[in-house]
Amino acid sequence: MSIYDVIFYLFAILTIGSGYLVVTSKNIVHSAFYLLFTLFGVAGLYVLLAADFIAIVQLMVYVGGILILLLFGVMLTNKVTDVKIRTGTIHIIPAVIGTGLLMGVIVSMMLRTNWKSEPGELPFTTTYGLGRILLTDYVLVFELLAMLLLIALIGAASIARRDNE
Amino acid sequence: MSEISIINISIIILLLPLVSFVLLIFFGKKFPKLYLAATGVVFVALVLSIAVTFGMLTSYSGETLSFSFTWIDFGNVPSIGFLSIELGFEINNVTALMLFVVNLISALVHLYSIEYMRGDIRYTRYFAYLGIFTFSMLGIVITNNLLMMYIFWELVGLSSYLLIGFWFEKDSASDAGKKAFLVNRVGDIGMWIGILILFTHYKTFTFSTIFEQISLGNLPFDSAAALTTAGILIFLGAVGKSAQFPLHVWLPDAMEGPTPVSALIHAATMVAAGVYLLVKIFVILTADAMLVIAVVGGVTAFVAATIALTQNDIKKVLAYSTVSQLGYMVLAVGVGAYAFAFFHLVTHAFFKACLFLGSGSVIHAMHHEQDIRYMGGLRKKMPLTYYTFLISTLAISGVPLFSGFLSKDGILAGTLAFGSLTGHWLLPIIGFTVAAMTAFYMFRLVIITFHGEPRNKEKYDHAHESKWVMTAPLAVLSLLSIFIFYTPNPISADAGWFLNKWISTPQTVVPAEASFDFMQSGMNKHETGLAQESGIVHSVQYTEAMHHAHYPAMFLSLILAGLGILIAFIFYQWKKVDLEKLTEKLNSLYKFSLNKWYIDEFYHATFISGTIRSADALSWFDYYIIDGIVNASASITRFVSRLSGWFDTFIVDGLVNFSALFSGFIGLSFRRLQTGKVQTYIVFVVFAVLVLLLFFRPF
Amino acid sequence: MIEVGLNHYLVVSSILFSLGVYGVVTRKNAVMVLMGLELILNAANINFIAFAKYGNFGLGGQAMALFVIILAAAEAAIALAIVLNLYKTFSNVNVDEIDKLKE
Repeated sequence: MSIYDVIFYLFAILTIGSGYLVVTSKNIVHSAFYLLFTLFGVAGLYVLLAADFIAIVQLMVYVGGILILLLFGVMLTNKVTDVKIRTGTIHIIPAVIGTGLLMGVIVSMMLRTNWKSEPGELPFTTTYGLGRILLTDYVLVFELLAMLLLIALIGAASIARRDNE
Repeated sequence: MSEISIINISIIILLLPLVSFVLLIFFGKKFPKLYLAATGVVFVALVLSIAVTFGMLTSYSGETLSFSFTWIDFGNVPSIGFLSIELGFEINNVTALMLFVVNLISALVHLYSIEYMRGDIRYTRYFAYLGIFTFSMLGIVITNNLLMMYIFWELVGLSSYLLIGFWFEKDSASDAGKKAFLVNRVGDIGMWIGILILFTHYKTFTFSTIFEQISLGNLPFDSAAALTTAGILIFLGAVGKSAQFPLHVWLPDAMEGPTPVSALIHAATMVAAGVYLLVKIFVILTADAMLVIAVVGGVTAFVAATIALTQNDIKKVLAYSTVSQLGYMVLAVGVGAYAFAFFHLVTHAFFKACLFLGSGSVIHAMHHEQDIRYMGGLRKKMPLTYYTFLISTLAISGVPLFSGFLSKDGILAGTLAFGSLTGHWLLPIIGFTVAAMTAFYMFRLVIITFHGEPRNKEKYDHAHESKWVMTAPLAVLSLLSIFIFYTPNPISADAGWFLNKWISTPQTVVPAEASFDFMQSGMNKHETGLAQESGIVHSVQYTEAMHHAHYPAMFLSLILAGLGILIAFIFYQWKKVDLEKLTEKLNSLYKFSLNKWYIDEFYHATFISGTIRSADALSWFDYYIIDGIVNASASITRFVSRLSGWFDTFIVDGLVNFSALFSGFIGLSFRRLQTGKVQTYIVFVVFAVLVLLLFFRPF
Repeated sequence: MIEVGLNHYLVVSSILFSLGVYGVVTRKNAVMVLMGLELILNAANINFIAFAKYGNFGLGGQAMALFVIILAAAEAAIALAIVLNLYKTFSNVNVDEIDKLKE
């Protein structure tokens, strides 16, 4: 077992374990914090997969943006004074059976499929390459996403404050 | 006058009464005076028939003029061959004379009825019925085939039913009409079967064709027995219409009709139709058939005469007298005295019509009193009626100088000749006995009605002579009862024109082995000459026998008639015998005669009650068996429908309801899946994806 | 123990995906549902990047992952706006009680 493998397992366990806690924790705020660890674990996996730029983006956008946003949501929709913000669960039994089976099926599907596997040479740093293809091959998508972000920004603001009128 | 015009005029004569019938039945209510037109029409027919008769007798005497046409052509019928039904008319001497007689009586009855029926509520309809009756009678007379004969025969039956039951408000009248119709049916069935026997074999109804075939030796079904059967069966029709024993019962009852009707249909026409039919088919009668006819005629004459002796109703006496005289005519046909049968038919038509109309005049005067025991002494009140009545009575009684003497004498001579040739002596004995009885009961009637003292003073005082329209026919008819119209010799008809020139007995066409020997001509030269001299060509032997029998018969009948008249005068005019004692002595016989031999009672006990009983049995059968079956099937149907109704309600509806409920149940259960909760749907999606994955196994 | 390769990453992503689905299905709170969604998106991203490395697809996979992250950000913004609206309308954000769709 190489050092690479050890690091992978550490991050994998971190990701899955905190992910499990995210979906099972009764406290929303706790869930949010467990989600932080999950995202962090995923970012570690990205690094292992030679995606340093994506890993950074993951940390910045998710942890710095989305997670904060979710916390805002929690705060805005619950009584702030109540530290233990709890939430109930439904369909425990069908959900356990369904997702358990689903997990089994998908895992077995992943394992059984004979994936194309010929590890290519990735550059040491991917930032340069990503910058190139974003503004060459994927420029249209890039621009569209820019537009989408703008629209989402305006739309979110518009939706959130409609009832104030 | 040409042949064609005689035929045409005859057809016009036939149609004129029909015209009068149609006019009166449709317009009689609007124009109540139309009865005058009807009478006029019949008189026109009378004039035309005189012309026809005159033309026939002068130009075509002895010939037969005929006209026929194909009514239905069946073409080539499988297993029968070419078949067509021909209708037509034929005129010969007999027909022409019959036309005259029928038209004359009909015209006189029309005239008479104008007064007699005055004030009746169905006055014009009465004349309409007279028209249809005359039409049908003339149809019988001038037809040349059995089919038309049968059709008109039935028409006569129908119109006589209408006329007899004319006063149908009276139960007795409508019953009499029904009785006449039904009794006639019995005879007509026989007649129709007889006609069909001939038709089946010869494929034709025409008289002349049938006669020709028989004379060629072509017998029906190649057997003389079949010919005899056919003859007797057709004679059955005559038994019904001419009121021969045992079907005579309708005629006395038919006196319920208006008296002029009695004169028309029970004296001259309808009842004569039977005799006329026998005259028509005379040539095909075999020896056996003739014997049957003679016996039936003789029995009828005797039975009716004995009944007539004791009847008290003036019309009943005349009715039985008519039956008796018709028996004479049938007897004459049976013994082969063809010419005298027809002769008696003509003479009887006149004097019997006169008697009926005379009795009608009396009844009219007596305000519809018909019982002679309440009359008497009417001679002074109604002289014209009395004298005409007396002349007719003399004629029917067989007194010389009158027509009845000539014809009846001929018939008696015929029976004597028949007796001497065949040994059947009972027939002449009956004939002479009846002659004596006829004289007796007719004079009894005259004496009780017109002589002596009135027994009902009140009615007698109101009695008066009838008007001229009623007495004129009486005068005409009584005049025609005098010998001079038939022969110049008052004691022998043979020399006269009626028998010598007009009527001659035709040669029989029946093969020798099936007919009486004496009916065959078997002529040699000498005999032929003799036969032609005497004017009677059919049988020399018979003619000779008639000649031999003529004088004995005449004397015997004279003596017997005189005896009958004498007894009548002793009994009723001079009252030398205590009648009460006599009737007591002969009580059983008297009762037997008074009650008409109990024939009606016998029919009641047998046929009528038998019919009623079988009808009861059939109605019981209908009521319980047929209705039972019907009801049973109805209740079975009801049961089955109830069952299927139950099945519908519970099984079929149940299935429908069940499927509806099931759908509802399914819907309800699936409705619970539609929770409206997004997460539930996602659970479903998860399971669906699982199913898809497991199903397609993309790994 | 075998060397870590493509399959390992795929199994991790599968488990993460299933956890995300579980979260989406079971949690009542709309914000928690959103968290589940983030897990699902991250599971997808792992796959993208793993395939990019082991399938020799160049940087396209990483670019896709980048786009997904951007979409997730936009989605989170919109979703939170909707959640706020739900809260204003129903006074809570429990998804199971918001079943107006049923009627």
